[in-house]
Amino acid sequence: MRAANKRASDEPVDEEARRKKAAARARRMLKNKADSMPVVEATGPRQKRMVDAELVPPSPRGGLLEVFQQPYLLKLIVSRQLAQMYAASLLGLAWSYVQPAMRFGIYYVVMGFILNLHDGVPYFAIHLFTGIVVVHYFGETWGGGTRSIWSNKALVQKMRMPRELFPVASMLVAAYHTLPQVLVLIVFCLIAGWHLTWGAVAAGVLGTLILVTFAGALALFFAALNVFYRDFQNIVQTIMQFMHFLVPMMYPFGRVWKAHNEHPWLYQIYIANPVAQSVILFQKFFWYSLVDHPHREIKGRSFPPDMWVRGVITLGVCLVLVWLAQKFFSRVEGKFPERM
Amino acid sequence: MTDSIRVENVTKEFTMQYHRTLKEMAVATARRLPLQEKFLAVNDVSFNVEQGESVGLMGLNGSGKSTLLKLINGVMRPDKGSILTRGRIAGLIATGAGFHPQLTGRENLFLNGAIMGMSEAETKRKFDAIVAFADIGKFMDTPVSHYSSGMYARLGFSIAIHVDADIFLADEVLAVGDRPFKRKCMAKMQEIRQQGTTIFYVSHATASVRAMCDRVIVLESGHMTYDSKITEGGSVEGAIHHLQYDDEPGDEPTDEELGADV
Repeated sequence: MRAANKRASDEPVDEEARRKKAAARARRMLKNKADSMPVVEATGPRQKRMVDAELVPPSPRGGLLEVFQQPYLLKLIVSRQLAQMYAASLLGLAWSYVQPAMRFGIYYVVMGFILNLHDGVPYFAIHLFTGIVVVHYFGETWGGGTRSIWSNKALVQKMRMPRELFPVASMLVAAYHTLPQVLVLIVFCLIAGWHLTWGAVAAGVLGTLILVTFAGALALFFAALNVFYRDFQNIVQTIMQFMHFLVPMMYPFGRVWKAHNEHPWLYQIYIANPVAQSVILFQKFFWYSLVDHPHREIKGRSFPPDMWVRGVITLGVCLVLVWLAQKFFSRVEGKFPERM
Repeated sequence: MTDSIRVENVTKEFTMQYHRTLKEMAVATARRLPLQEKFLAVNDVSFNVEQGESVGLMGLNGSGKSTLLKLINGVMRPDKGSILTRGRIAGLIATGAGFHPQLTGRENLFLNGAIMGMSEAETKRKFDAIVAFADIGKFMDTPVSHYSSGMYARLGFSIAIHVDADIFLADEVLAVGDRPFKRKCMAKMQEIRQQGTTIFYVSHATASVRAMCDRVIVLESGHMTYDSKITEGGSVEGAIHHLQYDDEPGDEPTDEELGADV
């Protein structure tokens, strides 16, 4: 291919010869194709069609809003992605439980029994599983969203639709897989004697909002980037491999807080991660509500002192990120079909 | 008459990328080779199409026909100029529908219909007609990756033609079908033409363009070089003559040399 490029740039193009060649090709084509389609003459009277619509640009410009205006199409895309995932799979949907269950088992044994990280963490299993659920949702949304447009290229190249559909559909698919895990978590919490306070509910809501907006913004942004450079889906995978260690699930937040005086910068980086904040807020919702109830037996701090202020600011930042991701997406969207 | 499609000074530029990895880019920069080259697939094209007009689009391979249809369909956006359309657009672009290979014909039917703007109720209402027209019978519940190319095109065409669109785009889709099906499709297209649908028909088959179209547009390496309505003296022959493709005969290669073209 490189040799061909070199030739093309070195030699001047002979316009006359090119035209002659094109003419010869055209003559040949006309001769061969003249009767390739059957001729059917029109019959009956010609009607006039009144179109009750405005002249508008045909390409979609509505962005995320347009996606939610077409719930039926969104539903079809989601069910299609689910069907695609479980095509030729024996376990089907069960796969989305096997993986978190295995992860939970391994972490529980290694972190709990070998590294003894559950020292001072009552209900360690719930503490761990809360983190696994949150990170699972985040990873699936981000990873699935990043691949979503590229893997639907057959549609993107040939049909007109708001392309934000695909990252949004990945968010819903991820939610579809995560919700049953949340139910399992709730059932265990209820068995263990869940004692909800309004503060805990507020933390749960704030944690959900941060998680969804942050994952959505990343999904949208990386979906567009991945069309141009497939490196990004590998980058996402790489980051997701150590995401479990960057959130307080195998270890309590208290250990992070203990280190914050010695390594203030590392602490700031750690706590700036919206996923870590989301996990902390979910710990408050699920895990701390259990601990809080009968007897406080946790040593040290369970949550950062500025959890609420920080959480609200992070949510604001995430909303800005969604807006920026949408702007970026709209800007480069026009180039998707030609880059596939 | 109301305008159905308004194309104004539309230009679409494509980037040809030579080097994809960082290493290749570094090597190319060191050798002072161009990193990328651009070319205009559609170059400053303007025209208006009235509602109900049926336009034949002709031109060699690579002259920008499919790109122009993609721009009208809304799959791509023009880099310069503007395109406005009125009403619902349906059609088939670049030989074949946007199907997903792992989904069955039935699922693809619903999905494609939804993308072209049909509601669930509308799709269900037209379902039998679409299946009957496509004539693929029991293969409806088979993944479309197992379809023959003819079946693929038949289902795609059948969905698009039943959308009841205001603008219908047909881009060489029928090249793979067999002759009886082609005839059926042309008859159906004549039918929607008589109902006042705006039609864009890309074909090399002169006789069929003559029968189907009120107007012929010719693209030549991105430029629109011929545009004439039949009522204003335009004809397929005129388009061919305009291109001067009809003189200097004699140096035609024989069919054996053409091979793939036949």
